[in-house]
Amino acid sequence: MKALRFERSPARFAAANLASRLSPGGGAKIGPLRLRTIDPPRLPGPGWVEVQPRLAGICGSDLATIDARSSRYFEPIVSFPFVPGHEVVADLAAPFGDLPAGRVVIEPVLGCATRGIDPVCAACARGDLGNCERIAFGAIEPGLQSGFCCDTGGGWSTRMVAHGSQLHPVPTDWSDEAAVMVEPTACAVHGALAADVAEGDLVVVLGSGALGLLTIAALRRFGRPCTIMAVAKHPTQHRLALALGADTVVLPRELTRAVRRASDSLALGDGDIIRLTGGADHVIDCVGSEQSVTDALAVVRPRGRVTMVGMPGHVHVDLTGLWQREIVLAGAYAYGTETLPSGERRRTFDLAFDLVGAADLGRLVSATYPLAQYEQAIAHAAAAGARGAVRIAFDLRNEKERDRA
Amino acid sequence: MPRPGFVLDVDRSTPPILFHHGEGFRLERLPAGRSRVIYPAEPLEPLKNPDAAIRHALLNPIGESEPLPALLRPGMRLTIAFDDISLPLPPMKRPDIRQRVIEAVLELAAAAGVDDVMLIAALALHRRMTEAELRHAVGDRVYDAFAPQGLLLNHDAEDPDNLLFIGTTDKGEEVEINRRAAESDLIVYVNINLVSMDGGWKSTATGLASYRSLRHHHNVRTMRHSKSFMDRHASELHSANWRMGKVLRDSGVKVFQIETTMNNDVFGTEGPMSVLQKREWEWSLSDRISMAGMKTALDLMPQRTRRQIFQNWQAPHAMTSVQAGEVEAVHELTTANVFKQHLVPVEGQTDILTMGLPYISPYNVNSILNPILVACLGLGYFFNLYRGRPPVREGGVLIMSHPTPWEFHPVHHPSYIDFFEQVLSETTDPIRIEAEFEKSFATDEWYRHLYRTSHAYHGVHPFYMWYWCAHALQHLGEVIIVGGDVRAVRRLGFKPASTLQDALEMASDVVGRDATITHIHNPPILMADVH
Repeated sequence: MKALRFERSPARFAAANLASRLSPGGGAKIGPLRLRTIDPPRLPGPGWVEVQPRLAGICGSDLATIDARSSRYFEPIVSFPFVPGHEVVADLAAPFGDLPAGRVVIEPVLGCATRGIDPVCAACARGDLGNCERIAFGAIEPGLQSGFCCDTGGGWSTRMVAHGSQLHPVPTDWSDEAAVMVEPTACAVHGALAADVAEGDLVVVLGSGALGLLTIAALRRFGRPCTIMAVAKHPTQHRLALALGADTVVLPRELTRAVRRASDSLALGDGDIIRLTGGADHVIDCVGSEQSVTDALAVVRPRGRVTMVGMPGHVHVDLTGLWQREIVLAGAYAYGTETLPSGERRRTFDLAFDLVGAADLGRLVSATYPLAQYEQAIAHAAAAGARGAVRIAFDLRNEKERDRA
Repeated sequence: MPRPGFVLDVDRSTPPILFHHGEGFRLERLPAGRSRVIYPAEPLEPLKNPDAAIRHALLNPIGESEPLPALLRPGMRLTIAFDDISLPLPPMKRPDIRQRVIEAVLELAAAAGVDDVMLIAALALHRRMTEAELRHAVGDRVYDAFAPQGLLLNHDAEDPDNLLFIGTTDKGEEVEINRRAAESDLIVYVNINLVSMDGGWKSTATGLASYRSLRHHHNVRTMRHSKSFMDRHASELHSANWRMGKVLRDSGVKVFQIETTMNNDVFGTEGPMSVLQKREWEWSLSDRISMAGMKTALDLMPQRTRRQIFQNWQAPHAMTSVQAGEVEAVHELTTANVFKQHLVPVEGQTDILTMGLPYISPYNVNSILNPILVACLGLGYFFNLYRGRPPVREGGVLIMSHPTPWEFHPVHHPSYIDFFEQVLSETTDPIRIEAEFEKSFATDEWYRHLYRTSHAYHGVHPFYMWYWCAHALQHLGEVIIVGGDVRAVRRLGFKPASTLQDALEMASDVVGRDATITHIHNPPILMADVH
């Protein structure tokens, strides 16, 4: 089968890192990602089934991996070589367990159930799959998600395998574009609810790429009534942020002044702001860069909360303010089970399905590419905002190899 | 004998016309056969002996007022209020008119044995003046005698302990002014009437007022009913101030008004800048060389240097009249004297009005003419320099020339930055802006802190600048800025054009291809008297 495969190659890692400094997404041309003809993954055990990806999204963590910008933290929890692609809508050729044949969305987190570990860890027992404590153990090789594990394959190919517990049927009237947005939406729902926003709070959402936009939509649908200030660089992002529920949208350089006004804060500085004395109640960082973490800490109020939804890496940040202002800095990775403001507990993926349908989030898929054009696809995804796009995906539906064994 | 202002019909022999363009210039050829240029009058003859004229005015007041010495007595409280940094434009060479007048008043006060004297810069919601600016205005001798003792102050419109509520007008407008001034036995107001908008009851009722009081006439409705605010008898802005003046007078606040007028000798008769005072077809060879050299040099300079050069310019304009006494009588005569210098008879309206905006407005002395001030200078001040009707018809097009940089002075204009980023990005409609945003800016603690302790304009000030444009925005069909920062121009809600020819082409979409054009050749200042 045809697949984009990520291989362990220090030289290519270095080249990708260098290339990405010149042009984001440049790592696709000379880095460890290669279009290969490989054998389809074997079923790791009972409870697993083969699926054929239809669409597979390209997310920020994929881009960081391709450009060799992601942290070495991941090394022990991924297994090489792996086929990326964890935002996947796929075909299930035949009924499997309770699931009918048809389209499915994959919930890619590889928790205890997928690893054949019984009894499951405490986190999985609670339904918090993203916090699984066994992600490098059990019946399959290490891998925090499908798309980062050598045993499962990933969505950037014509075939992969998935555990039955990972499969969610797609409503028949949904487009593939809507379905492929379920996984990133689940991340956003988790981030929005993890922030535990109180009624009337001022929430800043840093970044209006796909994750930021989905977080805005999630805050609006599932969170308590609050004021949402989005930070967007590009006109399309600005328009979509407002459409999905932001009250105001500002440019990055306007952020500090806008937060000061919105929070009735005073400021240090003689007209130019050196530092706010107050700030936003919450900042949800959907970028994960050094600059975004710095900005988040600069505009959150004392005892406010910064929730990191975008994947960070090594960042150099002055934490003096975090200490002096008693700021809570928390991560929000993946999904599992959420507690809604009403107290009700719901699977994140169920909430994501609800949100994708209600907010018509399939419209955020801006362009699709065949695997053969992966360099263009990656370049487009890396410059999505500037090019007026949100989510770029691979379209596997017309791949010749799809119907071959 | 100085020549009066006049209107030139542009024909094929008309040379390119000078357009001021911030800290630079453009020479533009206007279409022959359908364009006209309104030129200002040449500078009126100055008073031969200004100090003697001042003394004469103080001793021979106008209206129902006793001579100043008769109003002064030992043990009284005397407050001398004076116009702030916004006047005159550009700042004048020393000695400033205010210095001359204040020294004369203090001489009489000393002779009468008055020892409780306070000087107050009547800056309303403008920024506080610096020591250097105060020294320039009142002179070193006065500054050194009063400032160290805390007797020379900037008015503080946000000092609750030093404001006094006086009463309300018959239209419900609240009158609240500086407590020290209100509780004085006499306010002597020292005024510079650069344009006809200045002076009268506006001096005290605005210059010494609080936001609570100012908001009653610094608003969209008032500005849309002031046609123009340079013509007191057609200006709701002035009617409101006059109503407030009545409340002040009826409550016992006693004002001795001293108003001065000046000629429009802005650029002098010597040096490279003097060419700007002349009419283009009268430029000598050396004038042409001077203009070409100046343009080239300015184009090569960094913006910062250009700004510094222009901001350092001190004009040689001189006093043409001084009158003192009762506020309203004084102001009638002052206005007539202003009009002698500024009014130019103009027949009818045209489809397009063009103007070249210079580097300075009342609110960026020693500062930056930010985009909001560009709008205010063009659509507020220059557009309103008319009596009768605007020189451009309703639904016509205004074309302004200015670089309009996206640049702000953070110390002077902090709330302007936020207004530009957060308000104009939402709407440019003055009514919506007033309803949705004004209060939060006016009561913002940080702006209040910076206004009171630093040198920032009050938080609400950018709103007033936008309201100043309200009449023009309602009257015009389109506003185009030539040579401006495209993003900044669009943020203002206007259209950008790279050349005047492009702008005229764009204007033709609104007013047709054979549209008639008026260019106002300002500065030096002129006022179109449109019949």
